[in-house]
Amino acid sequence: MSGDTFATPQTQDRDVLLDVRGVQKIYTGHGRTVEAIRDLTFSVGRGELVCIVGPSGAGKTTLLKCIAGLLEPTAGTVTLDGQRVTRPPQSMAVVFQEYGRSLYPWKTVQQNVELPLKQKKLPKARRQELVNEALAAVGLGEVHDAYPWQLSGGMQQRVAIARAVAYQPQVLLMDEPFAAVDAQTRADLEDLIRSLWHKLGVTILFVTHDIEESVYLGQRVLVLSSSPTVVMEDLPIDLPDERSQLETRSGRRFAELRHHVYEQIQLAKHRKGSEPGPDATPDVVAHGNAV
Amino acid sequence: MNGILRGGRGLFFALALPVVLVVAWWFGSANSTNFFFPSLSSILETFGRTWFAERMRADVLPSVTRLLIGYAGAVVLGVALGVVLGANRTLRRITEPVLEFFRAIPPPVLIPVLFLFAGIGNTAKVIVIVLGALWPILLNTVEGVRAVDEVLSDTSRCYRVTGWARLRHLVLPAASPQIVAGMRQALSISIILMVISEMFASSNGLGFTIIQFQRSFAIPEMWSGIILLGLLGFVLSLLFQLFERRSLRWYQGLRRSQRGE
Amino acid sequence: MSIDAPTRRAGTMPARRQSGLPDWSLGLFGLVAFAGVLELLPRTGVISERYFPPFSAMVGALVEAMGTDTFWSATGETLQAWGIGLAIALVAGVGLGLLIGSVPILQRLTASTVEFLRPVPSVALIPLAVLVFGITNIRSTLLLIVYAAFWQVLIQAIYGVQDVDPVARETARSYQLGRWARLRHLVWPTALPYVMTGVRLGAAVALILAVTAGIVGIGQGLGWLIVRAQSGNDVPTIYGIVLFTGLLGVVVNLLARALERRALAWHSSVRADLGG
Ligand SMILES: Nc1ncnc2c1ncn2[C@@H]1O[C@H](COP(=O)(O)OP(=O)(O)O)[C@@H](O)[C@H]1O
Ligand SMILES: [Mg+2]
Repeated sequence: MSGDTFATPQTQDRDVLLDVRGVQKIYTGHGRTVEAIRDLTFSVGRGELVCIVGPSGAGKTTLLKCIAGLLEPTAGTVTLDGQRVTRPPQSMAVVFQEYGRSLYPWKTVQQNVELPLKQKKLPKARRQELVNEALAAVGLGEVHDAYPWQLSGGMQQRVAIARAVAYQPQVLLMDEPFAAVDAQTRADLEDLIRSLWHKLGVTILFVTHDIEESVYLGQRVLVLSSSPTVVMEDLPIDLPDERSQLETRSGRRFAELRHHVYEQIQLAKHRKGSEPGPDATPDVVAHGNAV
Repeated sequence: MNGILRGGRGLFFALALPVVLVVAWWFGSANSTNFFFPSLSSILETFGRTWFAERMRADVLPSVTRLLIGYAGAVVLGVALGVVLGANRTLRRITEPVLEFFRAIPPPVLIPVLFLFAGIGNTAKVIVIVLGALWPILLNTVEGVRAVDEVLSDTSRCYRVTGWARLRHLVLPAASPQIVAGMRQALSISIILMVISEMFASSNGLGFTIIQFQRSFAIPEMWSGIILLGLLGFVLSLLFQLFERRSLRWYQGLRRSQRGE
Repeated sequence: MSIDAPTRRAGTMPARRQSGLPDWSLGLFGLVAFAGVLELLPRTGVISERYFPPFSAMVGALVEAMGTDTFWSATGETLQAWGIGLAIALVAGVGLGLLIGSVPILQRLTASTVEFLRPVPSVALIPLAVLVFGITNIRSTLLLIVYAAFWQVLIQAIYGVQDVDPVARETARSYQLGRWARLRHLVWPTALPYVMTGVRLGAAVALILAVTAGIVGIGQGLGWLIVRAQSGNDVPTIYGIVLFTGLLGVVVNLLARALERRALAWHSSVRADLGG
C-alpha cells in the first residue's frame, strides 16, 4: 500500500466538538501500576461518526471513561464544546458493552429509559413522548412493560441505545456495544446506528475491536496500538455515505481499507511483540463473525 | 380441567401429612393420663378460653407490638448504617471486625445487660430486639451496597443519577436481595428475643404467660401457649415470604433467566 | 518497559484505595478505637459506671472469672451442649434431608409440614423442656439446640440434593450405578457445600440457644453465669462474660467458615475433574 491511497484527514477547518489532548491514564493500586493509555490526541468534529479500533486490553474502555468524565486522566485533557470535562457532562450518553449489567434489572424497559429524563427534570408528558420515540426508533415499540432480563441480548442492547437516544445527547459514546450479540443481530444493530446517526445528527464515538465493523460504520477510523497505547493512524473512510451490509462489505474499496487497518494492527503487534503484557494479546478480528 | 386436577393434587400433598399428624396426635393423646402430655382435645378446648378473651389484649398484643417496633427499628437502623458503611471503604475496613464481633454475640445475653440500664419496661424489651436483630441486616446491607455492579454504577453517574436518586434507584434496589436475606434472619432473632426477654423478666406478654402456666402446672394452657407461639412464628414467616416474593420479583426473574430457564 | 497488567474484566474499576494501609491494620485500629471508646464513656461520666464499667474493668472481671473453676465448668457445659446438639441436628438433618430430597413424593408430602414447623421459635419449647426434663438435665438445653439447628441443616440438605444436575443423574442411571453408588458419588458431592452452609448457620444458632438456656434458668452454662453475676450485682462480670460469649461466637463462625470454604474448594475441584 502506498501512502497516498489513504489520505490523512484535514483537521483545520472542522467544527471541533470533542477534543482529546495528550491523555494518559495510569492505574495505580494493589502495589502495581498499569499504564493503560500513554498519549492519545485526536479530535472529533460536530456530527461526525468516528470509530476507534484497537486490540482488547489496548485501553479503549479506559479512554471512553476518561472522555465520559467517569475517570480522571493521569495527564492531558478532554474538552467538550470548549468545556473541560471533569465529571460526566449533561450532553453525553454512554452505551456500555455489558448490556446485561448496564440496565437496571429492577426497572421495566419504560422505567429504564425514563429515569435519566426524570433526572433532567423533564415534565411527564415530554418524558413519555421521548421514551416512545426512542423505543420506536430502535424497533422496540411493544416492550415498555417488560423487564430487561426478559429480553434477548440484542433487544437489551437496543434498550440501552434507546435510553441514550432519549437522553438527547450531543455526543454518544459506545463501548464495543455489539461484542456480545450474535452476528445477524449485530449487522442489524450496525445499520440501526447509522440510521440513527443520520436521523438525529448526533456525534458518535464508536469503540470496537472488530476491524470490519469500524470500517463499515465510521467516517473515520482511529487505529490504536496495543498497550501502552497511542493513536497509530487516523484514517478517513472514503466509502459512500449510503452503506449496506451486502454491497458495502463486498466492495473493493472496503476490502482495501480493511486490509490496511489490519496491516497497521499487525505492525503494532510486531512493534510491541517483544514484550507483550498478559492482557495485550491482540485478538482483533479481521472478520466480523469472531467475538 | 387439568389445572383443577393439578390444584387438587397440590392441595392433597399440602394437607395429607399435617392431617395425619394432627389425627395421630388427637387419637394418640385422647386417653392420655400423662400429666405433661394432655389430650389434644383438652389443649384445643383450653386454647380459645385462654387466648381469645382478656389475654389477647393484655399479653399477645403487647408482645407483638414490641416485636414489630423493635424489628422495624432494627431494619431502619441496619439499612441506614449499612448504606453509610457500604459506601465508604475505609470506614468499612475500620468497623468490620467490631461489627463481626457484635454479630457473633448470642443476642439473648443482651437482655440482662439492657435490663441494667432500662429496667424491665417496654423500652428495654424493644431496645433488646433492635440491638439483637440489627447485625444481620447491617452486615448484609454493607455487603449488598459494596457489591453494586460497577457498570450500573458508571451508567448511573453518566446519566446523572446521583445523590438521593442514586440511593433510591440504584443502591437500595441493588442491595435489596441481601437486605431481605438479612431481614429474614433478623425476624427469627427478634421472635427469640421477644420471648426470652419476657421469660427473663416481665409482667405481661406471651413468654411471660407461658412460663407462668408452666410454673403453676397449668399444662393444657401451657401447651396452648406453645401452639400460639408456633402459629405466630408461622404467620410472620408467611407474611415475610409474601413480602419477599413481591419485593424481589425482579431478582427471582433475573436469576431464572441467568440460569437459562 | 514492562507492564504487569493484572487480568481483569474489561470495564471494571476497583474501588480506589483511600489509604495505603493494609486492611487488617484498619480493622485493628477499629477494634482498639472501639475499646478506647468503651473505656472513656464511663470514665468521663457520659454513662454511669454502675451500668457500664470501663473496658479495662470488663476485661479485668473476665480475667478474674477465668481463674475460677465455675467459669470453666460453665464454659464446658455450654460447649458440650453446643457440640452434642449440633451433632444430633447434623446427623438427623442430613439423613432426613438426603432422603427427602432424593424421593420426590416424600418431598411433596413433607414440604408443607416443614414450612410450618421450621419458623416455630425453638424458645417456645422452653417450658416443655423444663417440665419434661427439668432445669438441670442437659437434655433440656439439647432439645432447644437440636430443634433450632435441625431445620437449618435439613433445608440446606434438601436444596443440595435438588441441585444435582439432571443430566448427570441420567448419566449415572445409564451407567447402572446403584442407589448407594449414586448417593456416594453424585448426590453427596453435590450436596456437600449446601450441607456445609447448613452447618455454619446451625452452628451459630446452636450457640445462641446453648447460651440462652442459662438465661432462662436451664443448666449452669455461660448464660447462667451472666444471670448469677446480675443477681449479685457484679456488673463488670456481666460484661466480661458477654465479651467472652462474643469471642466464642467469633471462633465458631471462623471455624465454620473455614470448614465451608474447604468443602467448597474441594467441591469445585471435584467438579472440574468431572469436566463440569
Ligand atoms: N481498574 C483498573 N485497574 C488496573 N488496571 C486496569 C483497570 N481497568 C483496566 N485496566 C488495565 O488497563 C488496560 C486497558 O484496559 P481496557 O481499557 O479495559 O482495555 P480495552 O477496553 O481496550 O479492552 C488493561 O491492561 C487492563 O488490564
Ligand atoms: Mg473494553
